[in-house]
Amino acid sequence: MTDERPIAIDIRQVIKRFGDFTALKEVSLGIRDNEFFTLLGPSGCGKTTLLRMIAGFEDVTAGAIYLYDQEIARLPPNKRPINTVFQNYALFPTMTVLENVGFGLEMQGKPRSEANRRAGEMLELVQLTQFAHRKPSQLSGGQQQRVALARALAPQPRGLLLDEPLSALDMKLRKSMQIELKHIQRETGITFIFVTHDQEEALTMSDRIAVMSAGEVQQLGSARDIYEHPRNMFVADFIGDTNLVEVSVDRIGGGHATCNLGGGYMLSCEAVEGVGTGSRVHLSVRPERLFLSTERTGPEALRGRVVENIFIGTDITTILDLEAGQRFRVRASNSDRGNQRVFEPGQDVFVNMERGAARLLID
Amino acid sequence: MRTGAARFDFPGFKVMTFLCLFILYAPLVIVMIYSFNDSRSITTWGGFSLRWYVDVFTGPDSAKFKSAAFNSFSIALIAATVATAIATSAALAMVRGGRFKLRTATFGVINLPILVPEIVTAVAILIFFNTIGFTRGYMTILVAHIAFCIPFAYLPISARMQGIEGVYEQAAMDLYADRKQAFRRVLLPMMMPGIFSGFLLAFIISLDDFIITNFVKGAGVETLPTAIFGSVKQGIRPNIMAISTMLLAFSTVIVTLSWLVSRIDRTK
Repeated sequence: MTDERPIAIDIRQVIKRFGDFTALKEVSLGIRDNEFFTLLGPSGCGKTTLLRMIAGFEDVTAGAIYLYDQEIARLPPNKRPINTVFQNYALFPTMTVLENVGFGLEMQGKPRSEANRRAGEMLELVQLTQFAHRKPSQLSGGQQQRVALARALAPQPRGLLLDEPLSALDMKLRKSMQIELKHIQRETGITFIFVTHDQEEALTMSDRIAVMSAGEVQQLGSARDIYEHPRNMFVADFIGDTNLVEVSVDRIGGGHATCNLGGGYMLSCEAVEGVGTGSRVHLSVRPERLFLSTERTGPEALRGRVVENIFIGTDITTILDLEAGQRFRVRASNSDRGNQRVFEPGQDVFVNMERGAARLLID
Repeated sequence: MRTGAARFDFPGFKVMTFLCLFILYAPLVIVMIYSFNDSRSITTWGGFSLRWYVDVFTGPDSAKFKSAAFNSFSIALIAATVATAIATSAALAMVRGGRFKLRTATFGVINLPILVPEIVTAVAILIFFNTIGFTRGYMTILVAHIAFCIPFAYLPISARMQGIEGVYEQAAMDLYADRKQAFRRVLLPMMMPGIFSGFLLAFIISLDDFIITNFVKGAGVETLPTAIFGSVKQGIRPNIMAISTMLLAFSTVIVTLSWLVSRIDRTK
């Protein structure tokens, strides 16, 4: 893991209020050197506000932001060695591509010849050398995006902030830019802080993800960690597709919790701190970790009736009503290898779970 | 856009349109045509000639017209320049100053001169100059022109500024520019079409002004409109038509230029 890397950007108990509205409720995050870090959350969760505070466009109501050993929360943006890729790129329309990319270096007081040379190198990195003397308006959206990236990287900042930079691109371009961004991050070794509301984008690119909602960090961890071990309802629901089932906890012992689904169905899963005996909580079960059968395969199999099959190319999702009363989605890969078969609507089946598939959530 | 269903086409519309256009433009066309008349008469055609244009520059009234033209153009140039500078600062404060107390009131104060009847403004300025004991002459015209040109310069500039998102200045400051550099290197070049268009509008408004000028000008100081008015009082001669045609052509060029410049979209 990456734990031994030093902290590059340290956000300490940062609070942001706009009048009566609290946009951020005491957020603390340590972003490591050379990390691809993502702030993920729905719109209005405070992720962009946090990014703007790191950049210096918003002041902090309380708390501190450190860049390595330096406290930067009260410095103006031009005194922070951090650059931003803006959502709509904000390329200077009156300047050429080369002038745009060289702007930061020029403002740092570098001679024009050096600024031009370095800007040229940056354009090479994003493969836009032949467009150096065009105006931004003469480029496509994807090319403008790469100019914005080159412009922000040219002054060799100690941190790069990216505010939903891919949201204006179409799906195909977005996918290839995701890979290119990750590649450039590795090549330059600069710490990236990436803001997005797209969970798939976050899972694809990030070393670590902070899932945010309502001005708080809900969970911090690697992509796999957050997907496999969601901590609470919000994270389980926001990241990926899941079945949420309300249960009551009957018994806790030996690191396991026995949960009552109703209708006489019991499920055993890993106990979680903060969930005690007798509490009514939710279980999250990812649909791809369930499979259907006509025969009972174990003591915890759930009976249900197929409602509908939905074909989405790579997968087939089966919607079914459980005897215990809940509606479940089960996903099977569209392949014969696993002896998968499609069950017809109205058919009675058993829903079986892989070991460890059910996760207890704190609310 | 020209879908048949969305077009209004009622009987009589065409006739009405042509009637309006005719009433508006026929007098101008006649003035233009008769400025090339060879005859001394202003109503009977005596053949094509440029004699009245020559008369403007060399005839008995030429000295008067020359000094009036010099006054008009120099006042318009200075007044438009100063008004544009003031309007640019005002637009910066209004559009980039955030919410401040009396913002709406400020907007009103800047734009009021457009709404107030010109004769009221003229009388007010005259009373003002008399009260402070300012001798009427070239300077009084200039000061008055600067004052009433501000809102005309302000409108295109602030419209342009409103179209420029704050993110450009943020991007500049993110890239180590201080406030001054962000303004000079990024915002100002983007505002230029608006500023130029505001300047031209102010220029033309100053050049064309008659009422206020007539009130605040001193004895013996004329601008083109007041000089023309003075001549017409002694009877209309064809040389007036020549001057009018030249002014019309000049104004048309300036207004067209202003429109073309304002269409340059540098925000994309």
